[in-house]
Amino acid sequence: MDPKTLLQNFVNGLSLGSLYALIAIGYTMVYGILRLINFAHGDIFMMAVYFAFFLVTLASLPWYFAAILAIAGAAILGFSVDRVAYKPIRKAPRISALITAIGVSFFLESLAVVVFSGIPRSFRTIFPQFLNEMIILGGQVETRYGREVIVGGIRFPIISIITLVITAIALVFLWWFIYRTKIGMAMRAVSVDIPTTSLMGVNVDRVIGITFALGSALAGIGGILWAIRYPQVWPYMGFIPGMKAFVAAVFGGIGSIPGAVLGGLILGITEIMMVGLLPGAAGYRDAFAFFILIIILSVKPSGLMGKPDIVKV
Amino acid sequence: MSIKNRVILTLVAVVVIAFGLMLSQEFLNSYYSRIITLIGIYGIMAVSLTLVNGISGVFSLGHAGFIAVGAYTSALLTLSPQQKEMTFLIDKLIWPLNSIQIPFFWATIIAGLVAALFAFAVGWPSLRLSGDYFAIATLGFSEIIRIFALNLNWLTNGALGLKALPDYTTVWWSWGWLLVTVACITSLSYSSFGRALRAIREDRVAAQAMGINVFKHQLMAFVFGGFFAGISGSLYAHWLSTIDPRTNTVGILLTFNVLIMIVLGGLGSITGAIIGGALFAFLSEWLRFLESPMNVFGFKIMGISGMRMLVFSSLFVIIMIFWPRGIMGRKEFTWDGVASLFRRGRK
Repeated sequence: MDPKTLLQNFVNGLSLGSLYALIAIGYTMVYGILRLINFAHGDIFMMAVYFAFFLVTLASLPWYFAAILAIAGAAILGFSVDRVAYKPIRKAPRISALITAIGVSFFLESLAVVVFSGIPRSFRTIFPQFLNEMIILGGQVETRYGREVIVGGIRFPIISIITLVITAIALVFLWWFIYRTKIGMAMRAVSVDIPTTSLMGVNVDRVIGITFALGSALAGIGGILWAIRYPQVWPYMGFIPGMKAFVAAVFGGIGSIPGAVLGGLILGITEIMMVGLLPGAAGYRDAFAFFILIIILSVKPSGLMGKPDIVKV
Repeated sequence: MSIKNRVILTLVAVVVIAFGLMLSQEFLNSYYSRIITLIGIYGIMAVSLTLVNGISGVFSLGHAGFIAVGAYTSALLTLSPQQKEMTFLIDKLIWPLNSIQIPFFWATIIAGLVAALFAFAVGWPSLRLSGDYFAIATLGFSEIIRIFALNLNWLTNGALGLKALPDYTTVWWSWGWLLVTVACITSLSYSSFGRALRAIREDRVAAQAMGINVFKHQLMAFVFGGFFAGISGSLYAHWLSTIDPRTNTVGILLTFNVLIMIVLGGLGSITGAIIGGALFAFLSEWLRFLESPMNVFGFKIMGISGMRMLVFSSLFVIIMIFWPRGIMGRKEFTWDGVASLFRRGRK
């Protein structure tokens, strides 16, 4: 692979990785508090894309407005999933909660099939075209979009840069929210010890609900950026990105937000690099993430930045 | 009740069920007899997953992977060489497989054994993990199996799948194998091995302190579960008469369906698993009316596809929230239970 392609792949991998990171944060926050793998997270990602799609096509809102509303919709959906499905079984064994989460995931998927129909839809015309155009660095060439750009051969879509910028903004906001606000402080307290925190006068259910809403909003941002990059919307689109983001969260150490970001970036870059180096293996790229998962789980289940799980008898 | 009586009653029940199946073959049309066959297949899937998820207390989400392995193995063994020649368009099937054809019974046994081998290979690394990590790892393995089935053109015919399998799976095969499965897993679950599994399920650390080798027991349960999943896969493939690596044939959706069966029947009960399997087969046929056009008070409503899955998944969540014990809880059907029911009735 020549340095030019390498750099192109690196940028694309970084942007794919930041999408994984955005989704992985939701998994890791919920797991950090409830020790629950929120299977429905990938489906909230899918729902956000559908919201954006129908807000633009049916309600004919401008795309930026639709995106903001869709992200808000994802947050509300995440909050209500917690209220309706997870809150009643908070005292139940962890495995029941996991089974319920799987059920909620399939419920959202079948709901999308019934309401939005199972036929894949194109997201291509929903958002402005310039997002998918190529940036070419270093020289001068006419692109096939007829736009003159500074050129040299390193090509990557504008959306890769936008994804990176938006992810960075979201992460800064998240950091501010968790470390500089009262509700963020409550979230950190709840993740350490729920009973004690509730004795301190914190409304634990509200904090958990806000965690779900925050994680879902990030998944919504990720979903819309994903759909601009891979412009196809269908009810099962959330499963594979959701699982990969979960792998990223485990890789980075589940429960740790910086870990989720790091895990997402590493997973995205290695995936793109693998496909770039071995084009024949492209069909296996979805299996690749699971291989990584199984290797991490057997070598270091606590991940890169997680704390080891200590079982007390 | 003495053991002798119980054995006699069980044999009588088996004969009565067999007679009932014979009658159903005589008098019901082929549509119903296909559903009855499916009940047997679902029963095997559900009972084998109950051994893993209900009795031994690890939570596997990889059942569809083993079903897929069994389905492909037996399909490759029962297809005739000419058919394989015609089916494998992209790549030729590799050598020893392209020229052999063996009877359905042996193909099913081999399918079970190969699936058990896969279960061993999957269980060995994954069972070192606990709880929900194990669930995700097994889900990952079953997805890996599916993705390989999608890409290994020289073995599985890739995305085209295997078609025109002979429909060997009759009512007798499926219910016969169900009988074998239930007999094996019940005796397993009441042996000292099964009691050890239950002890691990209730308290892993205490069981370990009592000298139970947790890893070995769970791995054995997982391998047994994989064996019967492979058997059910073979029956399923020859019931569908086609097998392909899509998500709803052998992917996560199939695992989810089996999970609905055992949760509906009661997680941890073999009887419950059979009831759950039968209910699922029955409901998924009966609910077909939801997806066909219907007439409500003079209004024509177009059928909406996917309604059945919506009903099942909402039922699933509702059961988990309000009725987590399911139909049977952890109880089993026993002749003593029936006898006490009668005695209470007489009073």
